[in-house]
Amino acid sequence: MNSVVGQPISRVDGPAKVTGHAIYAAEFNLRNMVHAALVHSTIAHGRIDQLDTRDAEQEPGVLAVISHLNAERLPYEPLEKRPPVDPKAGEQLHVFQGPEILFVGQPIAVVIAETVEQARTAAALVQVAYHEQVATTEVRHDRAQPPTEASSKAGRGGGSRGDAEKAFAKAPVKVDMWCSHDREHHNAVEPHATIAEWFGDHLTLYDKSQWVDNVRSEIAHVFGMPAENIRVVSPFVGGAFGSALRTWPHVTIAALAARQVGRAVRLELTRRELYVSVGYRPRTEQHMQLGAEADGRLVAIIQDAVAPTSVYEEYAERTADPVLRTYSCPNVQARYRLAPVNANTPCPMRAPGIATGVMALEIAMDELADGLGMDPIELRLRNYAENDEAKGVPWSSKALRECYQTAADRFLWSRRSAPPRSMRNGRLLIGYGMATAFYPAERAPASVQAILYANDTAVVRTASSDMGPGTYTAMTQLAADTLGLPIERVHFELGDTEMPKAPVHGGSMTLASVGTAVVDACKALMANLPAGEMAEGHGARLRRAGLESLTATGHSEPGDEANKYSSAGFGAVFAEVWVDPDFGTVRVPRIVGAYDVGRVINPKIARSQCLGGMVGGIGMALMEQAEWDARLGRVMNANLAEYLVPVNADVTDLDVTFVRSSDEIFNPLGAKGLAEIALCGVAPAIANAVYHATGKRVRHLPIMPEKLLVD
Amino acid sequence: MLAFSYVVAPHAETALSLVCGGSNATFIAGGTDILQLLQEGVIAPPSLIDINALPFSGVQTEQGEARIGALTRLSDVADDPGIRQRFPLLVQALQETASPQVRNMATVGGNLLQRTRCLYFRDATVPCNKRQPGSGCPAWDGLNRINAIFGGSDRCIAANPGDMAVALLALDADLLVQNVEGERRMRLADLYRMPDENPQHETTLASGELITAVLLPSNEAAGHSYYLKVRDRASFEWALVSVAAALEMDGTRVHRARIVAGGVGTKPWRLMRVEEALQGRPLTPDLARQAGNRAGDGAAPRAGNAFKVPMLQRAVERALLTAGGIA
Ligand SMILES: Cc1cc2nc3c(=O)[nH]c(=O)nc-3n(C[C@H](O)[C@H](O)[C@H](O)COP(=O)(O)OP(=O)(O)OC[C@H]3O[C@@H](n4cnc5c(N)ncnc54)[C@H](O)[C@@H]3O)c2cc1C
Repeated sequence: MNSVVGQPISRVDGPAKVTGHAIYAAEFNLRNMVHAALVHSTIAHGRIDQLDTRDAEQEPGVLAVISHLNAERLPYEPLEKRPPVDPKAGEQLHVFQGPEILFVGQPIAVVIAETVEQARTAAALVQVAYHEQVATTEVRHDRAQPPTEASSKAGRGGGSRGDAEKAFAKAPVKVDMWCSHDREHHNAVEPHATIAEWFGDHLTLYDKSQWVDNVRSEIAHVFGMPAENIRVVSPFVGGAFGSALRTWPHVTIAALAARQVGRAVRLELTRRELYVSVGYRPRTEQHMQLGAEADGRLVAIIQDAVAPTSVYEEYAERTADPVLRTYSCPNVQARYRLAPVNANTPCPMRAPGIATGVMALEIAMDELADGLGMDPIELRLRNYAENDEAKGVPWSSKALRECYQTAADRFLWSRRSAPPRSMRNGRLLIGYGMATAFYPAERAPASVQAILYANDTAVVRTASSDMGPGTYTAMTQLAADTLGLPIERVHFELGDTEMPKAPVHGGSMTLASVGTAVVDACKALMANLPAGEMAEGHGARLRRAGLESLTATGHSEPGDEANKYSSAGFGAVFAEVWVDPDFGTVRVPRIVGAYDVGRVINPKIARSQCLGGMVGGIGMALMEQAEWDARLGRVMNANLAEYLVPVNADVTDLDVTFVRSSDEIFNPLGAKGLAEIALCGVAPAIANAVYHATGKRVRHLPIMPEKLLVD
Repeated sequence: MLAFSYVVAPHAETALSLVCGGSNATFIAGGTDILQLLQEGVIAPPSLIDINALPFSGVQTEQGEARIGALTRLSDVADDPGIRQRFPLLVQALQETASPQVRNMATVGGNLLQRTRCLYFRDATVPCNKRQPGSGCPAWDGLNRINAIFGGSDRCIAANPGDMAVALLALDADLLVQNVEGERRMRLADLYRMPDENPQHETTLASGELITAVLLPSNEAAGHSYYLKVRDRASFEWALVSVAAALEMDGTRVHRARIVAGGVGTKPWRLMRVEEALQGRPLTPDLARQAGNRAGDGAAPRAGNAFKVPMLQRAVERALLTAGGIA
């Protein structure tokens, strides 16, 4: 039989999705279900003085209005070990446990009613009086502190080698600049939603989640109940980009409300509510200093990054990673500091920290190339990191040179005229820019169950997730090949805590972790298959042995390779921009990316992943921006009309190539993981192209028209 | 969102009587704007009167004055052969409006009366003089990049967001309006009010008046008109700056010019200084630039929207060059 791994199979879940058969969290229609609507604080810091729910309670259909005044006290037991998706310090928001207000948009009450409309109407009638206190709504650099040791230990602090300050001071060529990107929100199409239903002391949650096991474990701690009594179901996720990694307060609210009213409760967040409920990519300001020899070799990199966190949790990210690991440089100093503000806690969003660290580094590298009068690719090749100098170990594989070469060829980089503002098409200024892409490859323990049936079908399952990258499809391909079955005969299931444990569907780890376990389980199944004739099918062998089915489990986890090697995905991204100098508008007619992501299991969905990353990168470079009003402590454009993401007309010619690569040191599949790397490098490539087009360096993303019009 | 009643009006008389009499009832046509306002709690009318069944849709362009029913969908206006032939400026403005999906629902009357995109107006939890008279204007010293540079007061600098009205004003349109007493005709130019002391009053329509049609006089500008829209992304967004240029030419000379800007005023903003600069002169690139430079005269930008002045100047220049066929 022909292998399906490596083939451009269409999504196996595609038909269910386009025919409406895929059921998302908000769509489970339980009998007896009632609806919840939230009431939010309108001040940034203080206490609730009075909360008057009488009018709301009088509304037709209302079952309960729950707030700190009448909510059950929840134990919020500390977790023995915090999951990787949670901040390492501070305490998650406790809902309805007291009158304290820490940010605008904090949930302060929930109305439960027979219909959504009744619940929302009543929620608007809840009257609140506050005692307001002074709030911190801006990042103050003088108040910013390095993250706690717990965060640093988790790789979310700074790092250094050599003596960067000294080397920078002596360097003959320097770049010294500040850059930043604005706060971004995930804005997946599917809003977050939870449906909670109690059966005695057992709880079932239908939730939008990238990690059902973690929802179970956190809710067990919040309610002080055994995890076994909780089932979490999340078969489909309509995009998440990191927003569904954590277990957010609204999940607790749904469960608490369902217990209090004794009915199944459905809580679906509105678009505006998402901006205060599920985190965001924090605005990060970065001071970058590069020192180099006249021949372009880096002698010093210094980064000083400052980002906000909330006043109740310390959210830290790996902003220092790219600076420490992308290029060969003897002296590197990466500082990272956090300043608490009265806002909800930020959270991972597509390549958290990495995409933004890459952004700063790659804009700085472009400035260095410009200062040296050197081709930007040549500068990067001169500083090629043969090893991971941060960890002092070799890469398990690295084909970045091939990426530069391939992307440059496909882009026709050789047509670039080097001086800024030297390429035109009529009145339009044309610019070419490039950047390196980098994203660490990791994996985590995963378990899988595989069942073969006597009718020659198989079911393979694990509590993983598919927020869109194609987990269903890739796992089905791996299982089909290992079992020697046609793909239609293999059903892959995920998103249910009844299934074997899987790691978080994040950090681009799913294929390398879960995929390896899928192969392991299927191999175990094959090993236990009763003997039979050569030509005999699996089912026939089972039937002959009097078996209806055969079950096996598989497991995978990182081994010693994680100590001996460093693993990462690499890429090179090239962008062309057209700038209208009269209006400052930037359009991106084409992007070319070449990637080393190890073995590609499905080139079609892999390409889609990269297209999505490029579109996200256009957004990050040119338009995505939560507009924060510090006086009011809130995002003012919290809707999809005013928070701009690219539309079709912004996306033209996107070209994706995967260079030949397979990393069997990293894992037996040879796949390094392909998701977040697709975003890395896109925004700086565009920003560098804008500089090349206009001669004007915009270091604060997004590059809105006025930044090119006004000095 | 508060509960409201919903009535489908079978004829205009019912609609008008339901909305008049101080009941605060509100018409709903395509619903593309009013539903957002309801859902976000920006407005909370006790009842909605659905006017979609009223006989006010359709386009007549045979001769003389053209008539566009107020309930005609934007997509139907843009696709109408007569409109395409006689008023390409209007078609361009419509094609740059929202998205095909929205244009299939949105009506002409509703488009003229869509509310501002000012961030503070659209968030019901913050002060806004337009939404809550007397509560203050956080845009004045706040996030005002999309706000108006013309026609504002310290009470309100909310920009009128529409595209179609900008083109219609350049085409010197009139409106037909019905109330319980009957029908009246008014100039589109008189529809919108400046915010002054009372930004909550946006139009000169009395409560409960229904727009039934837009009337377009014949003009000679069809061959020399252009709608130019500048925005942050390539499509599906309101204008940062837009310009409707309608030129009636006498050979190479500008016989009559109507130049109107969108995205910059508290109402669609006629650029009289630009029109004066063009009047009677041969249209050349130099003249277009000079006239464009007059576009910012009288502007009172705030910190976040000062860029709109040079953007508008260059947009006017570009629109003139394109309309005049000398780009
Ligand atoms: C995502 C998005 C993007 C958009 N982009 C643009 C854009 O680029 N440019 C642009 O111009 N617009 C844009 N719009 C706005 C859109 O064009 C308007 O929402 C639409 O034209 C309103 O028409 P409607 O029939 O849906 O009005 P409705 O929402 O039904 O009504 C709007 C208002 O008009 C009143 N009303 C409606 N008809 C009448 C009548 N005949 N007489 C009296 N009062 C009436 C209603 O009472 C209500 O107050 C966009 C909208 C969306 C949702």
